[in-house]
Amino acid sequence: MKVEVFVTLKPGVLDPQGRAITHALHGLGFAGVEDVRAGRYLTLDVADGTTEAEVREMCQQLLANTVIENFRISGI
Amino acid sequence: MRSAVIVFPGSNCDRDMARAIELVSGHAPQMVWHKDSELPAGTDFIALPGGFSYGDYLRSGAMAARSPIMRAVIDAAARGTPVLGVCNGFQVLTEAGLLPGALMRNAGLHFLCKDAPLRVENSQSIFTSGYGAGEELAIPIAHHDGNYAADADTLDMLEGEGRIAFRYRSDVNGSARNIAGVLNTAGNVLGMMPHPERAVETAHGNLDGLRLFQGLLGVLA
Repeated sequence: MKVEVFVTLKPGVLDPQGRAITHALHGLGFAGVEDVRAGRYLTLDVADGTTEAEVREMCQQLLANTVIENFRISGI
Repeated sequence: MRSAVIVFPGSNCDRDMARAIELVSGHAPQMVWHKDSELPAGTDFIALPGGFSYGDYLRSGAMAARSPIMRAVIDAAARGTPVLGVCNGFQVLTEAGLLPGALMRNAGLHFLCKDAPLRVENSQSIFTSGYGAGEELAIPIAHHDGNYAADADTLDMLEGEGRIAFRYRSDVNGSARNIAGVLNTAGNVLGMMPHPERAVETAHGNLDGLRLFQGLLGVLA
């Protein structure tokens, strides 16, 4: 069973990489880009029957740093 | 005194740290591999060195913070054993929950390798007793992820409790309130991005890190 996890910076946390990507897009002529936030996307191949609570626990213990990041789980 | 330097796969300042400790204390530390689950009996100082543990996979320090030895380090810290984390060691301490906040990519995105002008904000801790309050130093930094981040309440708490040990004298990497090093509540855990172990010998061209080890190891001797 495949589970997707999206890890994103919390709103308000400065994202230097996102800002650099924004500048690069502007440099390519995409003037309408106002902001980019960079995050991390993980796919987990887990045993059937794995619960969302378990994946949530994985996110809290390792996959996300909840000091600065939020996470979203999909496919379960 | 018995000190331990924790070695993770990808640590690269462990021997510098060991040399600084031996130079100042006269005793070589035990090098403790991350897969060990116990510290040597009687360990009374633990250092987490700089480097790129686990290749900085996932987040800097994230994998190392979950390695077997860290349970023993967390237990020792709770008992009051002094723990010093430098650079990647600081990242490991925040990831392990021993220190608040997180270390993000430098605001300018560049890896920074230079002497960083610092100010000693708290000279009362066991780590900083060798310095004067407000003393200005320069200690080398070498990092890509040194941009200290925490929410405003946490930053206010750190300020209010005197837990900011060192501050950059001007913006270096985007760190909130120019924080370069923070202490835990009890004052026995210090994480700092600058490398004091790289400023302890004449050949280093800089002796500003020496008094950190002299102060700390003097307390423990």
